[in-house]
Amino acid sequence: MSEMDAILSVRDVAKLYGGRGGCKEVSFDLWPGEVLGIVGESGSGKTTLLDCLSGRRTPDAGRIMYRGRDGEMLDVHALSEPRRRLLMRTDWGIVHQNPRDGLRMGVSAGANIGERLMAVGARHYGQIRGSANDWLERVEIDENRIDDRPMTFSGGMQQRLQIARNLVNGPRLVFMDEPTGGLDVSVQARLLDLLRRLVREMHLACIIVTHDLGVARLLAHRLMVMKDGRVIEEGLTDQVLDDPHHPYTQLLVSSVLPA
Amino acid sequence: MSKGYNFAYLDEQTKRMIRRAILKGVAIPGYQVPFASREMPLPYGWGTGGIQVTASVIGPNDVLKVIDQGADDTTNAVSIRRFFARTAGVKTTERTSEASLIQTRHRIPEQPLKEGQILVYQVPIPEPLRWMEPRETETRKMHALAEYGVMHVKLYEDIARFGRIASSYNYPVLVHGRYVMAPSPIPKFDNPKMDRMPALQLFGAGREKRIYAVPPYTSVKSLDFEDHPFEVQRWDKPCELCGASDTYLDEVITDDQGARMFVCSDSDACQERQKGAA
Amino acid sequence: MYVAVKGGEAAIDAAHKLLALARRGSADVAELSLDQISEQLGLAVDRVMAEGSLYDKRLAALAIKQARGDLVEAIFLLRAFRTTLPRLAESEPLNTANMAVHRRISAAFKDLPGGQILGPTFDYTHRLLDFALAETENQPEAVAPPASADANVPMPHVASLLHQEGLIQPEAAEDETAPVADLTRDPLSFPASRSLRLQNLARGDEGFLLALGYSTQRGFGNNHPFAGEIRIGAVEVEIVPEELGFPIAIGTITITECEMINQFKGSKDVAPMFTRGYGLVFGESERKAMAMALVDRALRASELGEEVIAPAQDEEFVMMHSDNVEAMGFVQHLKLPHYVDFQGELVMVRELRAEREKSLQSQKEEKSHV
Repeated sequence: MSEMDAILSVRDVAKLYGGRGGCKEVSFDLWPGEVLGIVGESGSGKTTLLDCLSGRRTPDAGRIMYRGRDGEMLDVHALSEPRRRLLMRTDWGIVHQNPRDGLRMGVSAGANIGERLMAVGARHYGQIRGSANDWLERVEIDENRIDDRPMTFSGGMQQRLQIARNLVNGPRLVFMDEPTGGLDVSVQARLLDLLRRLVREMHLACIIVTHDLGVARLLAHRLMVMKDGRVIEEGLTDQVLDDPHHPYTQLLVSSVLPA
Repeated sequence: MSKGYNFAYLDEQTKRMIRRAILKGVAIPGYQVPFASREMPLPYGWGTGGIQVTASVIGPNDVLKVIDQGADDTTNAVSIRRFFARTAGVKTTERTSEASLIQTRHRIPEQPLKEGQILVYQVPIPEPLRWMEPRETETRKMHALAEYGVMHVKLYEDIARFGRIASSYNYPVLVHGRYVMAPSPIPKFDNPKMDRMPALQLFGAGREKRIYAVPPYTSVKSLDFEDHPFEVQRWDKPCELCGASDTYLDEVITDDQGARMFVCSDSDACQERQKGAA
Repeated sequence: MYVAVKGGEAAIDAAHKLLALARRGSADVAELSLDQISEQLGLAVDRVMAEGSLYDKRLAALAIKQARGDLVEAIFLLRAFRTTLPRLAESEPLNTANMAVHRRISAAFKDLPGGQILGPTFDYTHRLLDFALAETENQPEAVAPPASADANVPMPHVASLLHQEGLIQPEAAEDETAPVADLTRDPLSFPASRSLRLQNLARGDEGFLLALGYSTQRGFGNNHPFAGEIRIGAVEVEIVPEELGFPIAIGTITITECEMINQFKGSKDVAPMFTRGYGLVFGESERKAMAMALVDRALRASELGEEVIAPAQDEEFVMMHSDNVEAMGFVQHLKLPHYVDFQGELVMVRELRAEREKSLQSQKEEKSHV
C-alpha cells in the first residue's frame, strides 16, 4: 500500500498544556481495516491525542487528514463544524471508556442504537427497531432487553451496547478509549473477542487507546508507545511487545507481561 | 386609555426592536429569534411574550380577542384583554370572526382563521429540543445544523414504551421543511390547523426572550414515523352544549360522585353553534 | 343544565379589593409611611433596589408597602417600572477607591492603610431577641465617628496593594470605549462576557447566589477564597453630558463592594499569582456581595483553564436561573389554568390504560385456550 491509500494521515500533531497530559510531534498513517493501538501510562498524552484525532479537541499544531468515502482528503480541524459533526455521525464512531459518556442513559437500548439511524433520516419505526434487534444480537445482548434502559445493564452489556450504537450505520473509522477499562477479566475477554470479530467483519479502521498491553496484543495490528507526550516507539504489535527497543517500552512490557 | 403610558404600554423604540425580531422570524419560518424581552407589568410565564408581540403589532383600528384554554373569560385572558383595553383603548371582541388580532394561550380557535388575521401565541418554553438537551449553546447548534435525530429518539421511545407517540400537547412540528418548532402547549388536536393557515402566526416567549413565526400558507408538519403517523385526540361523545363532534372538549366534573360532562373548550365557537341551532 | 363558568372579570375586581383590605390590615393600627419603611427597614429597601436594579429608596419603599412586605414581589414591581424609564445617560465607572466608607474590613491583613472599620454590623451581636425593641420609645445613643473614618485618610483597595507587588491577577482591561453590555436591552447569549455576568449577578436573587456561593466552598467548584476586602459606603455617580464634555456628579449612592482573593495559579510562563472574584451591590448587602464574588470567581473557571464541573461554574446554569422575577413568574404560572393540556393527558392515559387492559385480557384468553 502507498501513503495515498491511508484513511487517516497524521502529521506533527501537538497539543500542549502547562502540566502533564499534552502530546507533541505525533505523525502516523492509518490504513483501512487496520487497528492501531496507542499504549502508555496515564498522563502520557494518549487520551489527549485521541481527542485531537477524533476532532473533539483542536491541536495547537499539525494536521489530521481523513479520506472521505469519495476519496477526497479532508483536513479534520479545518472542516466547518457542520461537516465535522456530520462526519462524526456517519463515518466515525467513538467508544468511550465510561459507557455513560457514550450512551443516553435515560432512553431504551433500542433508542440508543436507533439514534444514529434517525439522525440521518430513518423514519420507519419498524425498520429502526429491526436494525436495533439485529445489532443487539450481533453484540450478544438478549433481544428482549431492547426496551430496557442502559442503567439496568451490567458494565459489560453497557459497553457492548455502546459499540452497537456506534456501528449501526456502518462507520469506517472508530476511536476507542480504554474500551475494556473497569471491566472484570472474564467480561473483558468476551468483549475483546467481540470487538475483534466486528472489526474484521466490517473492515473497520480503529484507533484504540489503552494502558493494558494484553488488550493491545489481542486487538492491535500495530502499536505506538507514548511517554511524556511523545511517541517513543512504534511498530507491529508482536514486534514491539516481544522485542522492545526503547528502555521505557522494555520496562512497560516486563512489568505488565510477566512470563 | 391610561395616561402616562405610551399606546399599548411599550415605548416606540422597544416596539421597533420587537418588530424587527418579528420580521426576521417571518423571514425564517420556525427559527427562534432572540429579542430583548422587557419586564412587563404581568409576571413572566403569564403571557409576557405574547403581550409584547401583540403590543408591537396592534394599531388603534385593531379588534382584539384574547383567549386562554380556548375561552375568553378565563381570568388571565380577562386580565390581558383589560390590559390592552386600558393601555391601547382598542375594541375587543369574543367573536373569532370579528377579531383582527387574537392572542391565545394553549388553543387555536375552532373557526378557521382568514387572511389578514394575526394569531399571537404565548409560549412558555420555545425550545422543542429542551427536554433532550437542556443547554442553549448546544440546542442552537442543533438547529443551525438541522441535527434533529434526537426528536425522533423521543418519539421512538414513546412507541417502544406505550405503543404510540405519547405527546398530547406541545407536539413538535417541522416548519417549512427546515426548523423543528414548539407549537406552544396547544393540544396536538390543533396542530393540523397550523399547516398552511391563511393567517399569520406569531409566537412570543417573554421569559426565554424568543420570538418566532409561521407566515401564512406555510407548511407545518407534526413529527412522526411512516408506520406510526401523527393522530389527533377524539372523544366518543359530542359537546353536550352545542352537539359538535369535531371540536376539542373540556371535561367538567359535575358532582362528587365523579359524574362528568364534555363541553367545547372554545367558548365562542360553542355559543355560535348554540345560537345557530336555536 | 350546566352553564360554562363565567364572571372572571368580576372575580378579578373583587380580588383586587380584598388585596387592598388585606394590605391595610387592622384599621386600629396606624398605616405605615414610606419614610418609616425606608428609615427603619433599610436593608429590605436595599435588597429591593439591588435586585430591582433601580436606585430609588422611596420607590422601593412604596413597592414594599404595595407588596405587603413580599420582597420578591416588590422587586418585580420596581423592575416593571424601571423598564419604562428612558435611558438618559451612561454613568462613568464608579470610583470605589474614593468611597466615603462607613464599614471596611479585610480578612487578609490585620492592619492596612485606612484601617479596619466595623461600622453598623450584625456580626458581633449575640442573636438574642431584644425585648426592649418591642417598645416603640427607643432612642439609641449617639456614637462618635472613629478617627480612621476621616475622609482625608486614603483607603486603597487591598487588591491594589497586592497588585503593586504583582501578586494578584490584573483585571483584564475590557475596551473602555466599547459600549457597556446591557442585559436588559440585549438578549443574553453565551459565552457571556464577564461584565455581562457581573451585571446578571448584581441583580440576581440573593438566596440563589448565597446557595451557589456556599456550594463552591463545600467543594462543588474549586474556590479557596479570602475576603480580601469588603467596603460599604457612599460613592458619587458621575456622567459626562455631551454638551459639557467633562464629568459632573449627579448624586451619591450607597453600595457594598467585595473583593475576594482566590487560589493562585501559575505555569511555566507565568509566575504564580492570586486570582479575583468581585461583588458589587446597591445599598448595604454584605452577604449578597460576598456570595456574588464567590460565584463570579467560580464562573471564571474556563477563562482560567479550570475544568467546569460544578453548577456554580456553569455560566448558562447560573445566568439563566439567577433572576428571581423570571423564576417566580414561571414557577407560579403553574397555577394558571391548564385544562386543555390536562385534558390531552387524560385522554392519552385513559387510552393507554384501555389498550393495556385489552392486551392483558387477550393474553389471559390465550392462556386459558392452551
